[in-house]
Amino acid sequence: MLEKDSRLLEESFKKFYFEHFDLIHTPKNPEMREFGYQKLNSGMNRHISLKSDKELHLLLMTQIPSDVYCSNARYSFPSLPMAEKDWQDAELIFDIDAKDLNLPCRALHTCKKCTKCGNVFANSDQCNQCNGIKFETTSVLCTECINAAKNEVKKLTTVLTMDLGIKKENITVYFSGNEGFHVYVSNSNYEKLDSRQRADLVDYVMLKGAMPETFGAKYNFAKSQFADIDDRGWLGRVSKQIFGSKSNKSKLSRELISEGYQAFKKRLETVQTEIGVRVDPNVTIDVHRIFRLGGTINSKSGLAKTLCKDPAKFNPGQDACFIDDDKVTVTANCPVEFRLKSKKFGPYHNEQLTMPKYAAVYMISKGCATVT
Amino acid sequence: MLKLGTEDIAKYPFLTEAGNYLKEKGFTLEQFDKDEDLRPIIELAVSRVKTAAEGKIFNSDFNIKTLDIEVFSFLVAVILLKQSNMSTLIKRFSLAEARRAEKFLEKDLADMTNKVNEELAIKIIKDLFAMEIQKTDDYFVIPVPDYLKHSIHFHEQEWKLVNRLVDNGSVFLSAHETVRLIRKELDNFISTKIRSINIPVVPDSFKKHIVDLVTLAKKFTVQFVETTEYPPCIKHAMDVLSKGENLPHSGRFMLATYLLNKGQTIEEIAPLFKNAPDYNERVTLYQLKHLAGNFGSGTKYSCPSCEKLRSENLCFAIPECDNIINPLQFGRKKIPNA
Repeated sequence: MLEKDSRLLEESFKKFYFEHFDLIHTPKNPEMREFGYQKLNSGMNRHISLKSDKELHLLLMTQIPSDVYCSNARYSFPSLPMAEKDWQDAELIFDIDAKDLNLPCRALHTCKKCTKCGNVFANSDQCNQCNGIKFETTSVLCTECINAAKNEVKKLTTVLTMDLGIKKENITVYFSGNEGFHVYVSNSNYEKLDSRQRADLVDYVMLKGAMPETFGAKYNFAKSQFADIDDRGWLGRVSKQIFGSKSNKSKLSRELISEGYQAFKKRLETVQTEIGVRVDPNVTIDVHRIFRLGGTINSKSGLAKTLCKDPAKFNPGQDACFIDDDKVTVTANCPVEFRLKSKKFGPYHNEQLTMPKYAAVYMISKGCATVT
Repeated sequence: MLKLGTEDIAKYPFLTEAGNYLKEKGFTLEQFDKDEDLRPIIELAVSRVKTAAEGKIFNSDFNIKTLDIEVFSFLVAVILLKQSNMSTLIKRFSLAEARRAEKFLEKDLADMTNKVNEELAIKIIKDLFAMEIQKTDDYFVIPVPDYLKHSIHFHEQEWKLVNRLVDNGSVFLSAHETVRLIRKELDNFISTKIRSINIPVVPDSFKKHIVDLVTLAKKFTVQFVETTEYPPCIKHAMDVLSKGENLPHSGRFMLATYLLNKGQTIEEIAPLFKNAPDYNERVTLYQLKHLAGNFGSGTKYSCPSCEKLRSENLCFAIPECDNIINPLQFGRKKIPNA
């Protein structure tokens, strides 16, 4: 990133931190957490121990990090190397990323930055400036994608509360600061689970690895008795997805039986993609990870990781955008359009423009603009 | 402490109560050299080990007169195994005894007519394996975290949580499934007990049998042959990279750890990543060195299990995978000793 760009971002981040200490808190048991941070154009500093909000705020003001992280794990010695930290437990975390949902609209709000010449383009697999074929992709906020991610949050919350017995008050949802949500489960008896146990738990949430037999298929397939709609857990949900209503069950059961075991297995795989919760399994499985700290800036967008009291009503372009609207002049090469604070921006094709700082910071963070 | 009758001790002779029972009856190891009448116990102990070695479950005789012999034969078998120090036999014995106890536990759990037996079985499971069990209707109900701690030892798909009835934080199991769930731990419990037992003096009458067991154990050693073919997951990862497509971090981790564990050097592996869209030689070498344990804590990373790779969509199993649990086992075949 060019120095003039990183200077603008750092200034904006510093102002944000100074004005929004109220949003940024250390989690429960801060002295047992590992913290980490990154500065623009620089590597990761981790294995840091902070004991209070005060120490955290001091770090924000002295270092002006672009990204701040904190472990979901608790350790006896959080600042020692990983093998010596003495892991105690870790909150469960689920990561829902709109990018993983692969909605058809994705191509419309994704741009590519050529690794050879830096040109930003869209809707092509080849750079329209140098014909290069290697590129990095970046995408901007899209209401459809965010709504789909919110729907996954809703599905996840149902599985967590109904099946896994987690109390609603122990589930906290954050907007990730880019295009997804982080769902935290605290004060639960799942905190001691190790990585392998979490892998099976996340497969449950995703409905991954489900066998036809679980849902009623028998060795002699003609004798299969499929799960009922009002059965508990996935049995009922899968049954509802397949049969729709109780009255359809006997007719559709006969059809399923006539199609055979393999067809039922295929049907189950389809159902998995339809109703399984789409989370990134790696995030839940890793018990030594440091996650973006709630309330801090995400340097991939300039938006903040923000607590969502009511995820359904959360509007990231509005509720997570805290940079001010002072005017800034930039050269923008952003071939896709996006909305922030209810204003539409883009598409821009190598244009010099004066715009609110929050939009300039957003595009610079995405690699689609540079300070003029 | 559990309150057990002789029959309970005969069913579950690995419990501490069995050792106490031996003391209460006034038996010492020295008696085995002096008392001819005790010979059948040694014979029974040897037959118990041999049955286990063949993969069979020792059949108990619950005739009231032989109950003591039953209990003592287990304890003598433990001493013989410890002295023989043959890992194969200890493993086979622990598994067979775990399966034997499993049969009793299951029967006791499912015994609707005898509440005491059911409570005893639940208490054994709770005390030994820290697993909370509650009976609700026909189900044995276990908290999800307790279930996961045990179920991850199984590789069969039916044990995955997704293939269980889960509701409000609990897993619902039958008596058979509940007991099967702890087989591995029961097995470990017994083998740990054998390995940690302290025997001051071994009676002379045991020595011949110990030599026999060492000879028996040698029959069961296995050799392996390995093919040089890569497993499908590794081939797929190599294909993706050679086409210049993006391989996710987890795929790169799998490929690098697989090849490092197969003995390839960092210099041999690094060029594979050259085609990656975000290739950076310095970063690649740093990461490979890290995985090889060349710096930092010195941890050498192992290749992820097949199960983990399935979760990460990196598994492309073919029939030749043949139920392996880690890609490193691909193509490895056992040749049993004739």
